[in-house]
Amino acid sequence: MIQVMSSNTETSKGYNFAYLDEQTKRMIRRALLKALSIPGYQVPFGAREMPLPCGWGTGGIQVTASVIGPADRLKVIDQGADDTTNAISIRRFFKKVAQIVTTEKVDEATVIQTRHRVPETALIEGQILVYQVPQPEPLRGIAPRQIESRKLHAYAEYGAMQVTLYEDVARFGYIARIYEYPVMVNGRHLMSPSPIPKFDNPKMQNNPAIQLFGSGTEKRIYAVPPYTSVRSLDFDDHPFEVQKWKQSCAFCGSGTSYLDEVITDDRGGRMFVCSDTDYCAKRRGAQPGTSEVAGSPAGATAGSSS
Amino acid sequence: MTAAAKVATRRILLDVRGVSKSYGGQVGCLDVSFALYPGEVLGIVGESGSGKSTLLACLAGRLAPDTGSIAYDTKERGLVDILSLSEPERRRLARTDWGIVHQNPRDGIRMDVSAGGNIGERPMSIGARHYGKIRAEAHEWLNKVEIDLARTDDKPRTFSGGMQQRLQIARNLVTRPRLVFMDEPTGGLDVSVQAKLLDVLRGLVHELGIAAIIVTHDLAVVRLLADRLMVMQRGRVIEEGLTDQVLDDPHQPYTQLLVSSVLQV
Repeated sequence: MIQVMSSNTETSKGYNFAYLDEQTKRMIRRALLKALSIPGYQVPFGAREMPLPCGWGTGGIQVTASVIGPADRLKVIDQGADDTTNAISIRRFFKKVAQIVTTEKVDEATVIQTRHRVPETALIEGQILVYQVPQPEPLRGIAPRQIESRKLHAYAEYGAMQVTLYEDVARFGYIARIYEYPVMVNGRHLMSPSPIPKFDNPKMQNNPAIQLFGSGTEKRIYAVPPYTSVRSLDFDDHPFEVQKWKQSCAFCGSGTSYLDEVITDDRGGRMFVCSDTDYCAKRRGAQPGTSEVAGSPAGATAGSSS
Repeated sequence: MTAAAKVATRRILLDVRGVSKSYGGQVGCLDVSFALYPGEVLGIVGESGSGKSTLLACLAGRLAPDTGSIAYDTKERGLVDILSLSEPERRRLARTDWGIVHQNPRDGIRMDVSAGGNIGERPMSIGARHYGKIRAEAHEWLNKVEIDLARTDDKPRTFSGGMQQRLQIARNLVTRPRLVFMDEPTGGLDVSVQAKLLDVLRGLVHELGIAAIIVTHDLAVVRLLADRLMVMQRGRVIEEGLTDQVLDDPHQPYTQLLVSSVLQV
């Protein structure tokens, strides 16, 4: 209580620390604890109205607001980049309502809120990765009625999910799904890693960091505790594979990171660059983003600087 | 006669005792008792509203009867009252040891999943993870129900009604269930398609030794498929016996009416 009072007084703009009121944060923390104790299970929570539209990360921002403390350093990425609109806005939001230090470096961050990507740099113990989730239910396309999909989770009846992979192989000859690739968490719950590319699925496996997932629209929270098994579904004769590129990153030359294709002119010119800007900058040895410069676009935007 | 002797030595597969179900004051089915042996096909006939479908829903565990017991000879634990099973156990039973063929194929198959995927769903739900094997099994079953293999990857919504119904049967029989519930399997199909479906069904039931309970109002279906017959009226079983016996020598006035109302061509 004392801490609540003191954090209230520290906030000059009239917000409670990290925007949400303490009761809401407690409610979300309870949901997070439940989610962590049943890895992959979707815990319902009372999502609040946030000052950004649904689909822009209302779930992730509420989770971040509930776990962040005054000493934390926050990194926000959208599509792997620190300098995209959404990432900048969310970072600026937390600077304003929590007066915390933000960073673009994975190594410095204690809390990382993300959409679409898991950072290329390996996470370590003590870090928290918060995912913004548009659609938490992996079985939505199979059992549109929630009363049924919840039963399928409760009884671990996941055969129908395998049918969707079968359909892929039957139509294309391989599992064509490239994002939102379903995973089994802790050998029990089927989970949607949501919009991350399947390239990042293996990074979730046995990750030392805490992975939290929040969906504001669907009002669900789920989690993967540190060092938990996360197995991507596949067939024995069609094993899970991640995407590969023939090119390397045009900036840093990385041949192992997730690449974005960037159109450079209207005559068919294109190049491939790392989607993770922090990783790319670190490899190039010229780190444009440092603490406290959050909000200003980082230097090397694809195309303009080449 | 030898068949009857063989049946007598086998264990009961499904033992139904005094099953009643009413909807408020409206009687669904009343005090129905019978025993079903492995490999036996039981027909249930009666006019609409006589309680056939209510009885079938009770037997298949989709509806809880008001009184009575339904014991099924499970593989692991022998005769168990299915009403005492937990929901996941009952669902597991329903997708491994049982098959349910609905009148409308739309209720039984996934219309937006290819024929092969539909057949593969049950094997995958009990742990099949080898695509090649699942596919081979799907082909085998499409062959058995006489669907062209070229249609394996087509969606069932592009199939004719008869093909959909045959696909539904294949989808149910792929895990080699020991008991299949069929609710009007030939309803809504034209006569020649019905004949083909019945032919396929009869072949499969006898080849695999599946026990089946077939609910229908079509006497031709039970004449062809059923070993034994129960006639229901207003929720009660009014007559039962060997199919030929009941149909050729009906005792109850209602059964006589039912038999005589079929046009003899």
